[in-house]
Amino acid sequence: MFLPLLYALRARGVPVGTTEAVALARALEAGLHESSLDGFYHVARALLVHRESHLDDFDQAFLEVFRGVRSQGKELSDELMQWLRDAERRRDELTDEERALLEDFDPEELERMFEQRLRQQTERHDGGNHWIGTGGTSPFGNSGKAARQGYRVGGRGSMRSAIKTADARLYQGYRQDLTLDVRQMQLALRKLRSFARVGGEEELDLEGTVAQTARNAGELEVVTRPPRRPNTRVILMMDVGGSMDPFAHLCSRLFTATKKSTHFKELRTYYFHNCIYGHVYETERFTDPVRLDDLLHECGPHYKVLLVGDALMAPYELFSPGGSINLSGTERVEGIVWLSRIRQHFRRSVWLNPEPPRFWYGNTIEHIRGIFDMFPLTLEGLGEAMNHLMRSR
Amino acid sequence: MTDFRRFSGTSSYLTSDALEAAVNCALALERPLLVRGEPGTGKTLLAEAVADALGMRLIRWNVKSTTLAQHGLYVYDTVQRLYDSRFQDKDVGDIRQYIKLGPMGEAFASEDRVVLLIDEIDKADVEFPNDLLNELDRMRFFIEETQEEVVARHRPVVIITSNAEKELPDAFLRRCVFHFIDFPTPQLMERIVRVHHPDLEDALAEQAIATFYELRSMKRLRKRPSTSELVDWIAVLQHAGIGSVELDRNLPFLGALLKKEQDLAAFADQISGGRRWRR
Repeated sequence: MFLPLLYALRARGVPVGTTEAVALARALEAGLHESSLDGFYHVARALLVHRESHLDDFDQAFLEVFRGVRSQGKELSDELMQWLRDAERRRDELTDEERALLEDFDPEELERMFEQRLRQQTERHDGGNHWIGTGGTSPFGNSGKAARQGYRVGGRGSMRSAIKTADARLYQGYRQDLTLDVRQMQLALRKLRSFARVGGEEELDLEGTVAQTARNAGELEVVTRPPRRPNTRVILMMDVGGSMDPFAHLCSRLFTATKKSTHFKELRTYYFHNCIYGHVYETERFTDPVRLDDLLHECGPHYKVLLVGDALMAPYELFSPGGSINLSGTERVEGIVWLSRIRQHFRRSVWLNPEPPRFWYGNTIEHIRGIFDMFPLTLEGLGEAMNHLMRSR
Repeated sequence: MTDFRRFSGTSSYLTSDALEAAVNCALALERPLLVRGEPGTGKTLLAEAVADALGMRLIRWNVKSTTLAQHGLYVYDTVQRLYDSRFQDKDVGDIRQYIKLGPMGEAFASEDRVVLLIDEIDKADVEFPNDLLNELDRMRFFIEETQEEVVARHRPVVIITSNAEKELPDAFLRRCVFHFIDFPTPQLMERIVRVHHPDLEDALAEQAIATFYELRSMKRLRKRPSTSELVDWIAVLQHAGIGSVELDRNLPFLGALLKKEQDLAAFADQISGGRRWRR
């Protein structure tokens, strides 16, 4: 009876298998669902879904199977979202007027209008200035806002019946159709671990104690040693703003993964815009500047350096002295020279680039690749970058 | 299938159909229940409520960043044994007295069925849940030092909590019954508040809850206040004899709701500037 539901879930990429099927069968045999569809909905959800990001898929699969109507909603809105995301990626092509127009809307208003128009709109639309589409002056489609948050399209149910609960799609906000999740990144970052016994002698050295006690002919002598502690120091420098906006989500995930990694002795994070000049900044809003000279002075060559950025900029930003957008004071050194200084100071450094490698030719990426070893910001690329950082210490 | 006692909440812990179904599945199938949800939505309280409702003892295991799976099973106190061997006042040949069971070992060894709470499992190392898999599945473990096996007399009711922020390994997830605690709707929130503050005036309850949801909807907050903060806040309001609140700059005892300095700044900014948005 419930097998179609399992296959519907699998079709949506929810990993259910024999284990789940057997568990569900046992639960039904025990009468946990109290012979009602509502009960079945809750029991099935508790046993078949393992993470909140799949709850929405469950609701849809449940609807599909038990309403007997194939829901087209998901495909339709996925397509729509994909196409809005494309628009977001081309943000740079917008004129200043268009961008100013974007600033005029506040997110709540944008959200309301988005929902309203989505209801009116029945087909894909390009151009124009009203419908949600690409290339137009409508506030949607141009805006990354709409693409990022995924607005609820189905109506809210009154929580009375299972079908209505499923139809309410309350868990849409928890979806994550992600290429790289934080856990995967964390596992990749674990390669950066290395340990050393340093610090106070707090840990019992059992073998040492036994050996020493035996040597004393049974007179107990407790031997302690310092515990193994992480011994990797990491500097993470991230490009933010401008052309990096489309990758903001990916970067924030990397940031979270790095921050949560407990196996670094020290982690410093800094931000920069496009290219590094005399300073890097401690905040995303470019306050609290840190002089690069001071940083290089403080941090020895043994720090592992991860730079994250698309390495795309106007050539003068890289090659002309004082090409920085934020011209401040007396810095008259080319960006490329600053980058080379970083590369030369640290024994191991990598540049992670969210742009796919096929775009790494014929632009500033090519020049920066000449300085840093560059890896794509994918799980594979991250793994390779970590291997590179740990090599020949 | 053996009959089992069903869980349907307690007088101080309100449940939903979905939560009851999940708990009952875990009880009937004897699988661990994994509860996820935002901080402050009552994940830990659930274990207390289940223990309370079923009349079982609750054994807590609070996981920290340094916790190892081994700590939950048993610890072998070598130093004590070595010291005792010097003075010869105990039988050091009996290793058993130097083996201390951890929370999980205790739950297995217990005469009665107990509730074992593994709290905030995501705090430990990323591999920690995987290290527990075998013991949770087979409900037995081996003590190397004494060559003894500890086998659970009754499979404990295992409740595991985790914050929504961190991912757990797939193999682990597939062995658990999963429940995600939603953030309560305003209606449910009012019932929850009533449970904690039975003598609360209607007007204040309504205003406080409305203000709370409005505050939660502010998009620039880093840490949005949750149920426990609301309950605390209302307690403070009552204590100070405040009869009505309104969302404005002088919101009383704001510190009970917003705990981060940036959030207080964001709040002040948003209230004073009206609807001002920056990129």
